[in-house]
Amino acid sequence: MLNDKDRIFTNLYGLSIPGLAGAQARGDWKDSRELLAKGRDWLIEEIKASGLRGRGGAGFSAGMKWSFMPKEIGARPHFLLINADEGEPGTCKDRDILRNEPHKLIEGALLSGFAMGAHTAYIYIRGEFFRETEAVQKAVDEAYAAGLIGPDACGSGWTFDIHLHRGAGAYICGEETALIESLEGRKGQPRLKPPFPANVGLYGCPTTVNNVETIAVVPEILRRGAKWFASLGRPKNTGTKIFCISGHVNRPCNVEEEMGIPLRELIETHAGGVRGGWDNLMAVIPGGSSVPLIPPSICDTVRMDFDSLQEVKTGLGTAAVIVMDKSTDIVRAITRLSKFYKHESCGQCTPCREGTGWMWRVMERLARGNATVEEIDVLEQVTRQVEGHTICALGDAAAWPIQGLIRHFRPELERRIAAFNQAQADKAA
Amino acid sequence: MKQAFARQPESFEFTPDNMETVKTIVAKYPKGCAASAVLPVLDLAQRQNDGWLPRAAMDRTAEILGMPPIRVYEVASFYSMFNLAPIGKYHVQVCTNLPCWLRGSEQVVGICERTLGISVGETTQDGLFTLSEAECLGACVNAPMMQINDDYFEDLDEASTESILLALKMGQKPRPGPQGGRKGSEPAGGLTTLKAIAGKGDGPEAS
Repeated sequence: MLNDKDRIFTNLYGLSIPGLAGAQARGDWKDSRELLAKGRDWLIEEIKASGLRGRGGAGFSAGMKWSFMPKEIGARPHFLLINADEGEPGTCKDRDILRNEPHKLIEGALLSGFAMGAHTAYIYIRGEFFRETEAVQKAVDEAYAAGLIGPDACGSGWTFDIHLHRGAGAYICGEETALIESLEGRKGQPRLKPPFPANVGLYGCPTTVNNVETIAVVPEILRRGAKWFASLGRPKNTGTKIFCISGHVNRPCNVEEEMGIPLRELIETHAGGVRGGWDNLMAVIPGGSSVPLIPPSICDTVRMDFDSLQEVKTGLGTAAVIVMDKSTDIVRAITRLSKFYKHESCGQCTPCREGTGWMWRVMERLARGNATVEEIDVLEQVTRQVEGHTICALGDAAAWPIQGLIRHFRPELERRIAAFNQAQADKAA
Repeated sequence: MKQAFARQPESFEFTPDNMETVKTIVAKYPKGCAASAVLPVLDLAQRQNDGWLPRAAMDRTAEILGMPPIRVYEVASFYSMFNLAPIGKYHVQVCTNLPCWLRGSEQVVGICERTLGISVGETTQDGLFTLSEAECLGACVNAPMMQINDDYFEDLDEASTESILLALKMGQKPRPGPQGGRKGSEPAGGLTTLKAIAGKGDGPEAS
């Protein structure tokens, strides 16, 4: 288990002193000016060396992403966009950072913004997080009043402004180019890439979009050094991570743990174990609704990091662990996710717009058993035709949970079909 | 697809205070990028107009931000938080996505329907409550939960859900947040981490 001294989010639960004074007592804003004085290149290299991978789901190297920004600031200003449009079912980690650790986010915005040559950052917060927006605004006001951000941020000579922007209810705006579209005042429909935001982003200017957690861990990495962060976790899967453990556990919670912690240890140490005991486990969705579920045989030993989970054909995603015990109607559960993706498809690409609805309707029938065994294969084929054929990853996200269900619970699907058909035959007789 | 409400008011104007707020909002974005303010300005209009957006408010928003009206209608119909028809004073939105469903959101919806005497999608006759099902609201470790206007009510069961609704009916202000003993997302019944750091603020002591 991770030692408390290696935890970054020491006020994750909001049990410590609130406000700027409390944040400073916990170490925030300590030597920010000295860190800025080390220069852009040092900052980017340090983040690269730490091995930090984006915490929003895709797990791309954060330092690498920053290095895609133009080296020189030209006629077009650079922008940092912070993605606080948290809405992946199972995920509620950024909410805790926004309400309890906003100064880590603001300091991280300054350091990251400086590293990529941005004088302005927008934090795009999902509209439903009204109270969380209030908390961040309060912290931003405190930071301005203390001269930590603004015309001469921390006395560094660098001008840095942070604006908050509330969304209005659209899961898709968590996709980085949809977020940009939304921030420009349009429907949140993803853009084709290339061009990538680092070249043509917000208002056609160089832009980097990073998740809240990615930005919020930056100050601590720079203060303690890349080596410290890289010493935690496993190779290529370094550092700590906030896990959200929901569903059928005795004590659902968020917790910051070391990357690569075994799933079973995570659940048993922090969430009070699976309801009814480990043997009562039916399946776990380890990384938010978009990743395929895994059965107990995999849950027994799998480690919670990007590469370990990819090896078992699922993903770390947002590290939102949704636990389902044996009382779960597993087909209904995945059907509910299919309904979610149907609701959230932006309607731009045909395979997703039509496919999410089609897949949901078939799932509804499969949940009752009102289908044929062949339709399981047809459904599987359709998920393959949606996956990879859309502008953004929402199509993939809609396909993967169904693929996971078929991969691990096909006998259950077939049992339901047989039972339904038997009941129909009995009725007819 | 959201449909525009049949009985539309003739006109809409922001109050002088809100007009000032609109200026502050627009100032957050670079010159010539006023369209960026469309979401917050529509939100302001909706708050001023008892929770829904008439066509006139969208037209006024378009005029202020220099956008073609159709671009504003498009935005208003795309985002789920904009209501194009009148809505109850309290919009009760129960999350029914998977993590909440696993912990009893169906029972929460059920007790809402029984307590308010309406089904999902309906508004009470006195105009006090509208009941909706919502997609994931991002409070999954405090499931099941519901949002009422700007506040989250978490760690619900049938009894706490009922008492929240009854309190609102009687004009009281029920306490938002987790309804059990938790402050936030920490595990119930005792911390597993950060024991030494916690307890120095306004939260409950670590056990």
